[in-house]
Amino acid sequence: MSSNVRVSTTVNGEPAEFLCEPRESLLECLRDKLNLTGAKEGCNDGNCGACTVEMDGRIVTSCLVLGVEAQGASIGTVEGLARGSALHPLQTAFLEQAALQCGICTPGFLVAAKALLDHEPDPSEDRIRFWLATTLGRCTGYDKIIRAVQQAAREMREVKA
Amino acid sequence: MSQPAYSVIGTRPIRHDGADKVTGRALYGADFQMAGLLHGFVLRSPHAHARIKSIDTSRAEAYPGVKAVVTAADLPESSDRMVDIGEGETPLSYVRGNVLARGKALYRGHAVAAVAAASLHVAEEAARLIEVEYEPLPCVLTAPEAMLPGAPLLHEDLHTHELGEKTSTASNVSEHFRHVMGDSEAGFAEAEVIVEREFSTSTVHQGYIEPQNATALWNNDGRVLVWCSTQGSFVVRDATACVLDIPVSRVKVTPMEIGGGFGGKIPVYLEPVAALLSKKTGRPVKIVMTRKDVLEGTGPTPGSFLRVKMGAKKDGRIVAAQAYLAFEAGAYPGAMVGPAGMCVFASYDIANQTIHGYDVVVNKPSTAAYRAPGAPNAAFATESVVDELAEKLGIDPIELRLMNAAKEGTRRADGPKYRRIGCVEVLEAMKNSEHYRSPLGGPNRGRGVAIGFWFNVGLPSSCTISINADGTANLVEGSTDIGGTRTSIAMQAAEVLGIPVDRVNPTVADTDSVGFTAVTGGSRVTFATGIAAYEAAQDVVRQMRERAAKLWSVDPDTVEVDRGQYKQNGHSMSFADLAARIGETGGPVVGRAAVNPKGVGGSFAGVVVDVEVDPETGKTTILRFTSVQDAGKAIHPAYVEGQMQGGSVQGIGWALNEEYWMSKDGAMMNSSLLDYRMPTSLDLPMIDTIIVEVPNPGHPFGVRGVGEANIVPPTPAIANAVSHATGVRMTRLPMNPPAVMAAIWSKG
Repeated sequence: MSSNVRVSTTVNGEPAEFLCEPRESLLECLRDKLNLTGAKEGCNDGNCGACTVEMDGRIVTSCLVLGVEAQGASIGTVEGLARGSALHPLQTAFLEQAALQCGICTPGFLVAAKALLDHEPDPSEDRIRFWLATTLGRCTGYDKIIRAVQQAAREMREVKA
Repeated sequence: MSQPAYSVIGTRPIRHDGADKVTGRALYGADFQMAGLLHGFVLRSPHAHARIKSIDTSRAEAYPGVKAVVTAADLPESSDRMVDIGEGETPLSYVRGNVLARGKALYRGHAVAAVAAASLHVAEEAARLIEVEYEPLPCVLTAPEAMLPGAPLLHEDLHTHELGEKTSTASNVSEHFRHVMGDSEAGFAEAEVIVEREFSTSTVHQGYIEPQNATALWNNDGRVLVWCSTQGSFVVRDATACVLDIPVSRVKVTPMEIGGGFGGKIPVYLEPVAALLSKKTGRPVKIVMTRKDVLEGTGPTPGSFLRVKMGAKKDGRIVAAQAYLAFEAGAYPGAMVGPAGMCVFASYDIANQTIHGYDVVVNKPSTAAYRAPGAPNAAFATESVVDELAEKLGIDPIELRLMNAAKEGTRRADGPKYRRIGCVEVLEAMKNSEHYRSPLGGPNRGRGVAIGFWFNVGLPSSCTISINADGTANLVEGSTDIGGTRTSIAMQAAEVLGIPVDRVNPTVADTDSVGFTAVTGGSRVTFATGIAAYEAAQDVVRQMRERAAKLWSVDPDTVEVDRGQYKQNGHSMSFADLAARIGETGGPVVGRAAVNPKGVGGSFAGVVVDVEVDPETGKTTILRFTSVQDAGKAIHPAYVEGQMQGGSVQGIGWALNEEYWMSKDGAMMNSSLLDYRMPTSLDLPMIDTIIVEVPNPGHPFGVRGVGEANIVPPTPAIANAVSHATGVRMTRLPMNPPAVMAAIWSKG
């Protein structure tokens, strides 16, 4: 058995430390060591996107990142989207548009969509579809998810304007 | 008839569990944690068919960190009997045999042994040290192959039920049934246009994003506590008790949030195994499947071989229909060919029908339900043949369907006579849709239409409602919430109580805390658990009238209730004011109901789809898609649309890409989400929806249930569209690029 490594990182803006085996994924570390179970494991090979988190400003499937790679990095998870009691516009839009059914893919979609809107405030429908193709959902047919992202983009632009 | 005016029904409130689900706080089965938790890993058969000669677990048991190993030898060996779990009766030996293989492995991925260890990685390493001696046997992978005389037998003791009679020959055919109405041969003699074709569909998976999971604790008091993601907590309770041969009262199941199911999370796989590992270790054990386990070890929906023949008069009247349906059950009988036989001609009023169905075991995972199980396969064949009839007759395909559509009073070949149904209304909505009236335009394009039926189910549900002094209601029910049913149920209670839906707080309870409630399946939850909530709310209203009567010293029968306002001869109190005084008028108010409703209303759905086929690559693009469904009454229209869109897109995947790609020796060659290709957001347009409302007389608000019928018409509608685009009739699913290119090349 391999020995544990100490990892210092920043999660959702707060410093976080954990001990992990070198073979453990960032997803395992977030879920089992930091109790951040919002990121889900759907495939463990980077194809479903349910474990999507932000890492130093870009989105990654955390099942394909080792926990030790998070040393010194800044990680953003679905748990960090809301500001206190105020939901992020994407979270509100997902609820208002009924963009979730079982909800298991929702954290991945929210994190991926936030990364898109952070960089592109006015994406076309095609652009949203292309960007979110990294994440699989099986309940909604994506229709209401796309509409929710469009609604959130609109609202975020209005706040900025 | 004018629709009653509702305050809550038909609105689109935000779901009660919404905040938890967008913040990552909602706890699904794999998120469950407990002090002392061990992790389990299941070792699975690498062979599709093999005798298990011996299992040596000693090296695994000696591996550092390993706490226990179990095999089928750890399961009790009680005598076989029929058990009623999930969706119908099944032999206990099949349920138990699928949980851990005994004697033979019947498919690649069949669970053979399991290890519990302090970490998942250790459990997985140790499982690889289990030495299983297999004697590989020849395997059969399709129904036609498995039905041949001399085919390798999966179960030497399986004898065909031939038209209700048990025969004495061992066979892979577990059942052959027949439905006959009228005289189909005489009907064909009368017919002027006849179309007959053979079809095949591949095995496909429900594709829920959350893998199966279970945590079990065999507690020191002898009770087995289970936390898992399931479509039916009582199914898990009953199945776990049966498999472990303990009374149901010794099992308590706490349903965690569930990440999709579509029928696939009705059977038990892991719960009894985790319980056995817990019994051996005295500690809670959690097992979570890998994606490969999910694809290879859980029930997909059957692949099938179908032959459908239909004959019509020149005026378009369909006078005869025959169907031959052979479905792959996977390793154990139960291929859902029965529902296929019920649905194959269910959309039509045809006097002369003969339907043959065969339930055939093959060396693939034991199949499970998948959204209207059996019906999409059947509709693929029927709706393709009807499309071809329309072409030959020169009649518009929707008109031809309208001319022959099932109506109130139409009898199905399997017996039932329809009550009020919405088949005609769905077809009219398709015909009148902006989509159908719009031009198709462009080369290599095709438009397809199809309709489909699912009968829906009732089954038992229980509900209690307790009133709080602040005028709110706590609603406790037993239907695991897979798509917003906490809210669709709470809305029905709120409507009866005359309060806003955010004043009803719904909870999905564990099996100790609510009355028996059947699976979340068969599109039954908003219908049946909705009726339970409706009845429990009526019980509350009755008690509240008594409380008002007490305050006013009048006869309760003279108290009138209108939208939460209680009135009697000048007295008037709101529900909230009355609730504030329940303490002084007799104490707690709790309404209850346990129902087993019979007034199930079947649902029809239709699709209009435009496609473009790339003649160079065979790739089909969905240009426009309209889903139409009879909801009876849409309690929460956004959730109804969501069901229609979700079912439509699963149908699109089924039609164009998804399949179990099997090697000759029975290995699934595409057991990852990269290679088992489900639609992504980039593959699709928006999915337009038209909700039709033909109220079901068997539900107080007219609900039919909308979870399933929507997946029935997409595959044939797309096949019809691709056929029109290419000029070649498509008869196999999936219609992936190689299949479409082969069809185009076959034209020469």
